[in-house]
Amino acid sequence: MTNNKNLLKATWQGYLRPDGRKGIRNLVLVVYTVECASFVAHAIAHGEEDTHVIGFPGCYDNAYAIRIMLALARHPNVGAVLAVGLGCEYTQPKRIAEVVRESGRPAESYFIQDHGGTTSSIDKGKEIVRRFRQEIASVPRVEMGLADLTIGSECGGSDATSGLAGNPVVGRLYDYLVDAGGTAIFEEVVELISLKDVLQSRGKDEAVRQQLGATYDKAMQYCKDVRQWSTAPGNYAGGLSTIEEKSLGAYAKSGTRPIQGVIRVSEQPKSNGVWLLDSVPDEHFMQFGYTNPNDSEGIIDLISTGAQIILFVTGRGSVIGSPVAPLIKVTGNSRTYKKMENDMDFDAGRILSGEQTLDESALELLQLVVEVASGRPSKPEALGHREFFIPYKYQHTPSLESGCRA
Amino acid sequence: MKQRLFVLHRADNVGTALDDLEKGPVAIIGEYDLKETECVESVKFGHKMALEDLPAGAEIRKNNVVIARAFKAIQSGQMVHLHNIESQFDERASTLDTDTGAPTDEDVYQ
Repeated sequence: MTNNKNLLKATWQGYLRPDGRKGIRNLVLVVYTVECASFVAHAIAHGEEDTHVIGFPGCYDNAYAIRIMLALARHPNVGAVLAVGLGCEYTQPKRIAEVVRESGRPAESYFIQDHGGTTSSIDKGKEIVRRFRQEIASVPRVEMGLADLTIGSECGGSDATSGLAGNPVVGRLYDYLVDAGGTAIFEEVVELISLKDVLQSRGKDEAVRQQLGATYDKAMQYCKDVRQWSTAPGNYAGGLSTIEEKSLGAYAKSGTRPIQGVIRVSEQPKSNGVWLLDSVPDEHFMQFGYTNPNDSEGIIDLISTGAQIILFVTGRGSVIGSPVAPLIKVTGNSRTYKKMENDMDFDAGRILSGEQTLDESALELLQLVVEVASGRPSKPEALGHREFFIPYKYQHTPSLESGCRA
Repeated sequence: MKQRLFVLHRADNVGTALDDLEKGPVAIIGEYDLKETECVESVKFGHKMALEDLPAGAEIRKNNVVIARAFKAIQSGQMVHLHNIESQFDERASTLDTDTGAPTDEDVYQ
């Protein structure tokens, strides 16, 4: 086993951003502001080094979606931003570029309609991306350790092993991360069903306990209203019988340390420690659909809080990745690991076969986290997976609402 | 190697199969007073097995949390899944295919 003390004090070279946050990647982000611009945005990024794409498909703007795009554009892993629109849509690429420039990063924008169409817009975008890559090559490097990391965790394609191995290993890793001064974000409040008391008892003080209770109640009401609970056919095929049972497993990834509070999508945690991310819609005259549209949506929500790495626990197996922050895929099911070894980063199922203890598994995963933070690509990252999903949604987020409208 | 069942909490009345279980003795791993029990039918890897006889209406406990209610009587050693237990909240789950979990209530494919 690796020397724990050395692992917990591991350092590597990160990228220092003007706001003081530290990134583990130095990306150029291409942002499109309507589906009509998505082909051009993807074509611009295609073949360009460390250049990722995100965007919002809707023509009518949505404050929640704009806040996500702004959070991703100013993420610690991002060094420069190109915003591309068609020209008709409500969401304004120019405004996005302005906000990003105010953060001290190079940013530009244009409308495709102003530049002659597909080919010339792609050429223009590639010229800008290449210029940005040269510019951000001189971003100052800075020493980083676990205390500088924010790690998000998500589960998808859960089976019975997720609750017995995959999520508990992430939970133990979170305990190590938090004790080392780092920040851990878990979400999926709609997968904490029946666990209100357990969740509340983790709050660091009475105010947080109240906040956790209110967050739970809101999620419960939303599930009842839309009559959808966060389970899928694969969960049942994998041995889980109810949302309550799935919730038990999902909760295990939060570890055991006190919860500091609840943040909403695109908010940044106010201190280190464990935070619950509430991604459930708030009441609005339009109902914005189901609770968990897909895994990529939850992963983007986590990245919007500034998480530099995401741990994705999947018992059944999954072939997604993520833009902006590398995804590390953990499975508690050794059969899945063997079947999908090219996609899975880590086999936590070894604790069920008795090959490893929970602690040994968590420390080995932490070692992998340190390597990915140091620049080693995770498997989905190396395969080029960059899936994302930004839907229309309404969340009441007073701390972020200046300058946006619903 | 002996077939294994994982039990999370002493107060639980179901365990999770760590192997594809067949009829016969099963070793219990985890926090449970008994170290061995009897399986009476095939229970697939990852699925649950009853640790005691459970009448219809019984609470199903895993890790000392109520995860479902039995809607018919379940014998000790039988598989516990959609065919005999149901969520306290999610009504659609009861309509899913008990083997694959695929929906059976949508006529949109017709």
